[in-house]
Amino acid sequence: MLSLLIFIPIVVAIAIVLMGDKHAGKAYGLALLASLFVFAFALFVGIKFDPSLNQFQFVEQVNWITQFNIQYHLGIDGISYPLILLTSLLTPIVVVTSRTSPKQKYHQYLASFLIMEGLMIGVFCALDGFLFYLFWESMLIPMFIIIGLWGGNNRVYATVKFFLYTFLGSVFMLIALIYLYFKTGGYSISDFHSVPLSMREQLLIFLAFLFAFAVKIPMWPVHTWLPDAHVEAPTGGSVILAAILLKMGGYGFLRFSLPIAPDASAYLSSFMIALSLVAIIYIGLVAIAQTDMKKLIAYSSISHMGFVTLGAFVFFNIGTQTASSETMSLALTGAMIQMISHGLISAALFLCVGVMYDRLHTRLISGYRGVVNSMPKFATLMVFFVLANAAVPGTSGFVGEFTIILASFRMNLWVAFFAAITLIIGASYSLWLIKRVIFGKPLNERISGMQEMTVIEALPLVTLAFLVLSLGLWPAPLVEIMSTSIENLVNHITFSKL
Amino acid sequence: MYELSLIALITPLVGGLLAGLIGSKVNKSFTHWITTLGIFISFSISCWILVEVFLNPSLFLNQNIYEWMSIAGFNFKAGILIDHLTVSMMAVVTFISLMVHIYSIGYMHDDPGYHRFFCYISLFTFAMLLLVMSNNLLQLFFGWEGVGLMSYLLIGFWYKKESAIQANFKAFIVNRVGDMGLLLGIAVIFSIIGSLDYQTIFNSSTELVKAKISITNGYSVSAITLACLLLFFGAMGKSAQMPLHVWLPDSMEGPTPISALIHAATMVTAGVYMVARMSPLFELSSVALSVVLIVGATTALCAGLLGIVMCDIKRIIAYSTISQLGYMMVAAGVSAYSASVFHLMTHAFFKSLLFLAAGSVIIALHHEQDIRKMGGLKQYMPITYLAALIGSLSLIGFPGFAGFFSKDALIEAVAHSSTVGSEFAYYCVLIGVFVTALYTFRFLFMVFHGQTRFKGGEQIKESSWVILIPLILLSIPSILIAWPTFGVLVFGDFFSDSIRQISSYELFGFEYQSPLSFLIHSFSGPVIYLSVIGIFAAWVGYIKKPELPYKISNQFTTIHRVLVNKFYFDHFYENVIAKNTAKLGSAFWKFGDIKIIDDFLVNGTAIRIQKLSTITKKMQTGYIYHYALMMVIGLSLLLAWVIIKS
Amino acid sequence: MLALQSYLTLAAIVFAIGVMGIIINRKNIIILLMCTELLLLAVNFNFIAFSYFNQDITGQIFVFFILTVAAAEAAIGLAILVVLYRNKDSIDVQELQTLRE
Repeated sequence: MLSLLIFIPIVVAIAIVLMGDKHAGKAYGLALLASLFVFAFALFVGIKFDPSLNQFQFVEQVNWITQFNIQYHLGIDGISYPLILLTSLLTPIVVVTSRTSPKQKYHQYLASFLIMEGLMIGVFCALDGFLFYLFWESMLIPMFIIIGLWGGNNRVYATVKFFLYTFLGSVFMLIALIYLYFKTGGYSISDFHSVPLSMREQLLIFLAFLFAFAVKIPMWPVHTWLPDAHVEAPTGGSVILAAILLKMGGYGFLRFSLPIAPDASAYLSSFMIALSLVAIIYIGLVAIAQTDMKKLIAYSSISHMGFVTLGAFVFFNIGTQTASSETMSLALTGAMIQMISHGLISAALFLCVGVMYDRLHTRLISGYRGVVNSMPKFATLMVFFVLANAAVPGTSGFVGEFTIILASFRMNLWVAFFAAITLIIGASYSLWLIKRVIFGKPLNERISGMQEMTVIEALPLVTLAFLVLSLGLWPAPLVEIMSTSIENLVNHITFSKL
Repeated sequence: MYELSLIALITPLVGGLLAGLIGSKVNKSFTHWITTLGIFISFSISCWILVEVFLNPSLFLNQNIYEWMSIAGFNFKAGILIDHLTVSMMAVVTFISLMVHIYSIGYMHDDPGYHRFFCYISLFTFAMLLLVMSNNLLQLFFGWEGVGLMSYLLIGFWYKKESAIQANFKAFIVNRVGDMGLLLGIAVIFSIIGSLDYQTIFNSSTELVKAKISITNGYSVSAITLACLLLFFGAMGKSAQMPLHVWLPDSMEGPTPISALIHAATMVTAGVYMVARMSPLFELSSVALSVVLIVGATTALCAGLLGIVMCDIKRIIAYSTISQLGYMMVAAGVSAYSASVFHLMTHAFFKSLLFLAAGSVIIALHHEQDIRKMGGLKQYMPITYLAALIGSLSLIGFPGFAGFFSKDALIEAVAHSSTVGSEFAYYCVLIGVFVTALYTFRFLFMVFHGQTRFKGGEQIKESSWVILIPLILLSIPSILIAWPTFGVLVFGDFFSDSIRQISSYELFGFEYQSPLSFLIHSFSGPVIYLSVIGIFAAWVGYIKKPELPYKISNQFTTIHRVLVNKFYFDHFYENVIAKNTAKLGSAFWKFGDIKIIDDFLVNGTAIRIQKLSTITKKMQTGYIYHYALMMVIGLSLLLAWVIIKS
Repeated sequence: MLALQSYLTLAAIVFAIGVMGIIINRKNIIILLMCTELLLLAVNFNFIAFSYFNQDITGQIFVFFILTVAAAEAAIGLAILVVLYRNKDSIDVQELQTLRE
């Protein structure tokens, strides 16, 4: 089952590349069909998925490289499934909107996205450390190509920066994985979870993983690749980058750092919280100062991902407080919801910027004013997503931040206070953006002459708006899917490994 | 009744969505009919429930609609709570909303955003109902932000106006500052009690009293005080209490019906409503009550003072609203929540009446808002004049009018209170009474009396009926509403199922008999005389000797400058806070991100490695004999090392 | 009968001459080639000396190998030289610097 999710897009991608660039229309249709099929398939997996089971499901396990005890081992639980669904949802959206974007090598562009989809699903499915690393690293290649080939003017700098940053991080992860291999005699993640480790080992492993995940999420101060990569990436690349690539860091924390090194996580939690709060406030302020729409959204992404790391590390001293495990569940659920919600909202915002960019070919805020006059429908959607970005209740953006603030208050007043400042800062940069771009008199004739969205542009935005709204009004189903897994995770973390 | 109240909640939403989604494809009458119908159904149900409640005082409903989410045993739900406070609020909100809907049919008639407007105000009504009908703090927060959001959209309704989009941005941000307090207050309660349900919170409020929350190492405050202070901070944002009041005068950039509905009658009173709703908690914290009292009293006086110097017709009423909200907070601060809520209701009627009358004037004068360019309108617009007069008399508390009862009752409560700060508050509200009368009649005299100061006087005519009917309908409760309800609501135990307060005798210090006896009783206090003096002062200054105000303002230039600059609050926020925040963000970006992280650490590392390699690459001369020499040297060193080691 | 030291000293002196020749010589590649031959010769001296004093025939066998390789190397080296001269019109060491960065 899961192998199909991974390999259907990859096989189709190869087929599209072989077709050559003469059949753009056919390539488009094929890619769309494949990605929609994968989405339907992921939904089907979701129907079969039993959220109440306290174990990995749809497990596939085959010996792969026996010398090193490496296995082809896949499986999903309540933490990975929502992210897989998000991936399979956003790929067709990217494919649909790609119709107008690149002029050259269109089939390769589509193929890159399909390959990305397969690899990303692989990351979320892998239960073998080596396999995980393989997917994690190989995913850099299509992203590298997407930014490097179809990016903006400064794309070489951005891609190299992106590549080196992430690569540097993952090298440390590889060291940790190899160490764990020597410790357990295999790469199975569940063995990693159960192996006892001394505090020193845990700290080193935690820091090694932290490098990889902190770069990916990204956390302050290793975040500067993201704004550059976003600015240079084509719209589809930005969408995937913001919506899914960043989530892999958060997923890594939940799958590796916390359960493998629980004592180290608890020991370093104040450090992690401090970094998260810096991300939330400092980066939020930086976002206010941006002049480029994509950069602004990129910085706001970093700020929002600060909530994910905050939620992941709302820790109590293990075993000292009775209410701790509930609060941790609350915080971790909040972190998960925040990831999903941010995936939807940031994707939508980048699509919105893409819609405007396609018309005026500038991303500068100063190049716009009064878009609402010529594109009222688009403006409505954009205002909606910007409000969701500012975490207005009723949108999914609110749910995660709300639960994380509640949970962090149970830990410390000031953590909650600083986290809550985002209500103000987030509203400031979000609403100031639409104040300058959407509202007002049209800046010039080019703006008053902008064409309203086409159906192809509107459809993805409406879909995302629907999801953002329904998650905001009724997050219970999503919470339901992951509750058992998160409880399981919390139970695991609260036991010391020493 | 659950189904009915659910319908009352949903119909404005349905109406608003229909108007917004398909209204522009059908036609204008569809839009206003569908939305007005929605509100009308909601209003009828509210009235029906109100009547039921009067007939059967034990009526009470607390039911969850659905589970929002549930994590690790914490349940978050959406639900409906119908008690006397809710029902009264529902009736007021839907009534004003209905009036504003009807009024807007005329007022917005030629506006290109007709459908959008009706969509927004219906959705606003939905959000407001969501807020007042909630049975838990989460849903309250939903409604709270919902009304804030609709207010944001409506202030910026004319999005081409630079000042409008500046004002709505400001309104949202300032509200967000308050909302942050509210959210943290909710978090305090949640962290101790583990639930957001009103009933659960009130039942275990003693836990809040016992619990301590540590601020710093070694210093902690009681959870109840912290919770109430934070909740009140939220109320300060929404109810425009100083120093978070700055957004309300600016919000007058929106269409006038909006000012009547949102920025006078309903949304801004949400803070007062919330404090009343949370009265079981506020009653447990005397510190919080004193803060409420002092902030309210300061706001009541200072905002009134600003009302005297404003020249924009809507801004005068806006400052008046802030001042009256201060009165409501004062009442809450001395634990007279029922008086506070009652003033909220009467204020809703007479203030929206005043706003709608002002709107009628504005539209007759083709969007002229400066009162210096009006005057003598009485003869052109008699009905509007009468409505404005009734509103003004009610506002200043003229004996017998609705505002009189509510305001007098709360001043009595302040006079009799022993809360810390109540003496200060008492003098503030007394001076406030004089100030209120002064600015109200200044406005009335300058707009309707004296000589005409506008052009084209002959074409000015009374507004159409669709505008006048709401004025007439609102005039009635502005005069009469207190007579039947005053005793029950303020002195009776009508709100006893929702508001916790001490008996009315302890609160007011005298036994209440009838409205008439209360009226007579009030002549023994200073309030009535103060307002009469205020009217007289206004008459002298603006009818008899119009040059007198200029002389006074020339005499006291400093005070005048401070007032005209609105105590420099806006100046401070814009030039100090907003500007420095932007500068800080820019500094963080340019210095922190670009200079330190990117240039020094990231690209810096690359550059340093490059420099290092330019140095080392010089060893690569290309001469074989150099390489040979190196090899020999290296070999010798290696040998030397081996020999020394052994 | 001479002592082992004498053979070793001679070998060391020959080796040193070879090394110095490589390092100091800046003129001609042919001299370089000759110097490498000297180095190999010095090694051969050592091999024979040790082989004799240790009564082990392996060393002498090795010398034969080295001599063959040295001959082959000289042949190839000269061949390269010829090609180099054809291409560059010079066999001056100072001018052969293309290995520089």
